[in-house]
Amino acid sequence: MSVFVIRRLMQALLVVFLMSVIVFFGVNIVGDPVYMLVSPDADQADIEAAIRRLGLDRPIWDQYLLFLKGAAQGNLGDSFIFGEPALKLILHHMPATLELAFSALMLAIVIGIPLGLFSGLYPDNPISKGIMAGSILGFSLPTFWVGLMLILLFAVELGWLPSTGRGDTATIFGIETSLATWDGLRHIFLPALNLALLKISLAIRLTRAGVREAMSQDYVKYARAKGISTKRIIFVHVMKNIMIPVVTVMGLEFGSLIGFSVVTETIFAWPGMGKLLIDAILQLDRPVVVAYLMIMVLFFVVINLVVDILYSILDPRVRLQDQGA
Amino acid sequence: MRKLTAAAAVSVSVFALLTGAASAEKLTIGLASEPTAMDPHFHNLGPNNAISYHLFDRLIAQDEKQRLSPGLAVSWQPIDELTWEFKLREGVKFHDGSDFNADDVICTMERAPDVPNSPSGFGTYLKGKTFKKIDDYTVHISTETPYPLMANDISTIPVISDSAGCGAATEDFNTGTAAIGTGPFKFGSYKPGESITMVRNDDYWGEAPIWSEVDFRPIKSGPSRVAALLAGDVDMIASVPTTDIGVLEGKGEIQLSQGVSNRVIYLHLDQFRENSPFVKGTDGSDIKNPLLDQRVRLAISKAINRNAIVDRVMEGVALPAGQLLPEGFFGVSANLQPIDYDPNGAKELLAEAGYPDGFQLTIHGPNDRYINDAKIAEAIGQMLTRVGIKTAVETMPRSVYFGRASRGSADGQPEFSFILVGWGAGSGEASSPLKSLIHTYDKDKGFGSSNRGRHSNAEIDAKIEEALRTVDDEKRQDLLAEATEMAINDVAIIPTHFQVNTWAAKKGLKYIPRTDEYTLAMGVVKE
Repeated sequence: MSVFVIRRLMQALLVVFLMSVIVFFGVNIVGDPVYMLVSPDADQADIEAAIRRLGLDRPIWDQYLLFLKGAAQGNLGDSFIFGEPALKLILHHMPATLELAFSALMLAIVIGIPLGLFSGLYPDNPISKGIMAGSILGFSLPTFWVGLMLILLFAVELGWLPSTGRGDTATIFGIETSLATWDGLRHIFLPALNLALLKISLAIRLTRAGVREAMSQDYVKYARAKGISTKRIIFVHVMKNIMIPVVTVMGLEFGSLIGFSVVTETIFAWPGMGKLLIDAILQLDRPVVVAYLMIMVLFFVVINLVVDILYSILDPRVRLQDQGA
Repeated sequence: MRKLTAAAAVSVSVFALLTGAASAEKLTIGLASEPTAMDPHFHNLGPNNAISYHLFDRLIAQDEKQRLSPGLAVSWQPIDELTWEFKLREGVKFHDGSDFNADDVICTMERAPDVPNSPSGFGTYLKGKTFKKIDDYTVHISTETPYPLMANDISTIPVISDSAGCGAATEDFNTGTAAIGTGPFKFGSYKPGESITMVRNDDYWGEAPIWSEVDFRPIKSGPSRVAALLAGDVDMIASVPTTDIGVLEGKGEIQLSQGVSNRVIYLHLDQFRENSPFVKGTDGSDIKNPLLDQRVRLAISKAINRNAIVDRVMEGVALPAGQLLPEGFFGVSANLQPIDYDPNGAKELLAEAGYPDGFQLTIHGPNDRYINDAKIAEAIGQMLTRVGIKTAVETMPRSVYFGRASRGSADGQPEFSFILVGWGAGSGEASSPLKSLIHTYDKDKGFGSSNRGRHSNAEIDAKIEEALRTVDDEKRQDLLAEATEMAINDVAIIPTHFQVNTWAAKKGLKYIPRTDEYTLAMGVVKE
């Protein structure tokens, strides 16, 4: 077992290292950050001083080694624009993105599963057909357009909800979150809904397919024959079985919610990591872009590593195969 | 009786007007770009400078037209060739109650050029200047050579407090502990990406602002910013997208404010290479660079229909440009008008210069820097093609563009042959574009730093340098105007238009537009 874990760890390290090469060189050969930073009034000497200060006069290999050296000590470089450690900036913006992704996931579950259940149980009902048609829209409409339409409808026309920004925050369990205040909830609803639309559609379709398949299975028929109430069959027996794929997929989608929050955060002026990343890309704040991508790589590598280890615990065949190979 | 009530009503409303200044009124502003720090010396960048204007005064203030007026200094004048005397305002207090005096000025000028980790500081304006405290309210600034732009340079530097700010790090300003100025507003809170709040400084030495509280919200996406205004979440927004101006004009509840900026959009042409990489003959072969010929440059200028760019591309929100700064600025020539659209004249000039069939050219430009920049490049491409210069258009993000346009070729020279760029005169007078765009590229003297066409004319250089030595305002003004005329006649660059900025506020509010494009709460007035 420990051999397996060690081997997987080594592979993960190799992946992180390779990604650092790709990310660092990919980001560093594009554009020229100096002209994004210096004031137009700066003369040639000022520009050269800025180049030296940012270390851009060094060969790229040298810059990479410096980056590796820093990274080994947990320092992913200072932001060109804010002058602060890139890691600190990202961690500072992370709670806003996490709460947005979490809220979107909750919306997807709370809205998507009941609707999917309904349309799975009554597939010929016109309402079900409406739900399915709606889910196609949820899949195919572009997020930025839907976001603007949501703002126009709920904020401009109806005036029910604020258009942009993050509301008041409060601290619960040591985390500063806007989910703890009424104003915060009002602000988060539209961006969360916008981010959740695709996931709601996904949840509807997964649940519906699962329900339709399960309803024709023998254990449901047997339960019916035994005289168990429909309510109990659906909510205890069917739900339990269809939840496995839904939970798996939704869990995996959480990662993509964080990744896809970029567009939603920009439209709703949500101060999260996605907005930080897009600003960093536009202004060529290389250390922030590199640090963000490295964090994402680590994030996914760790998830995969945990999954691998869990599999090997749950399923001895994986472990045995691995040893045989 | 009726008269009496009316009189009472009038007096009540007058009373309300008079006390309006002291009442609690909150203003929320949606910004297009946010500052990178609360430290006024951290980054010499428009959004940072605009925010720092609220908290920190300068020795010399720039008004909405960038004219200089007394700030923390009540007077400034040269006492000999190399020394300027600044008399400071007495009785001014910082937000923490401490007195303002010469020590604050001295330490400000020491810190401003040298903030750790600063992406781009204020060193440009302080180079070669020595500051000396004479007494508590007198400071002498000396230079090695006569320097007329002293007041303009000094007007860019925000003054911080000796006790609270000079020893502080940028982080201390961001948390607010060091953000102690003398400005009309006091620091409230700073949440990057979210909001910046300020409260009125009731002890302000100048005219106290009418807003008791101001909340700046960065909303980068243009449509979202407009929606936030329409939804009533913000009272005013900066940088209204040109496509939305028509829609907002029709809405009774929105008030637009427009003003020309100090930013000229212009074309630079390769004037230093015999073979320019993006100029080809009609058959695609290498030819001698035709842009070296003044007649060809003039033909290009005549081929551009500036009114069409303003009306169609900019939807009327711009002014055709015939020189480097719009009317009203210091050093502007009264003789220069935008060059008329004259396609036939352009063809004749091309034929005269030996290019009756034209040639091939590529225009390069940014697509995310200036208002409608990519569309302008496309329009110019079409206009030139019409007179025979087959022009391809290539635009790119500014993060890629400016590096290549400034030093993209293998030998560290500008890469492109024909580019679209803009220039905002931070100092608010004509020496700024003349020095950086027109003067020969000269690394040692620091001239021509943005001269990406490398135009070089010794006579114009001499004129600019003479102006930069002339302390007498009237003489300098004439010299700058003459230099501008020479540059335009030589077609050193081709100005196309001046950018006009648009702010939108809810009904009852009006923004006094600023040429430096800053959005200041002090400029939001009630109607």
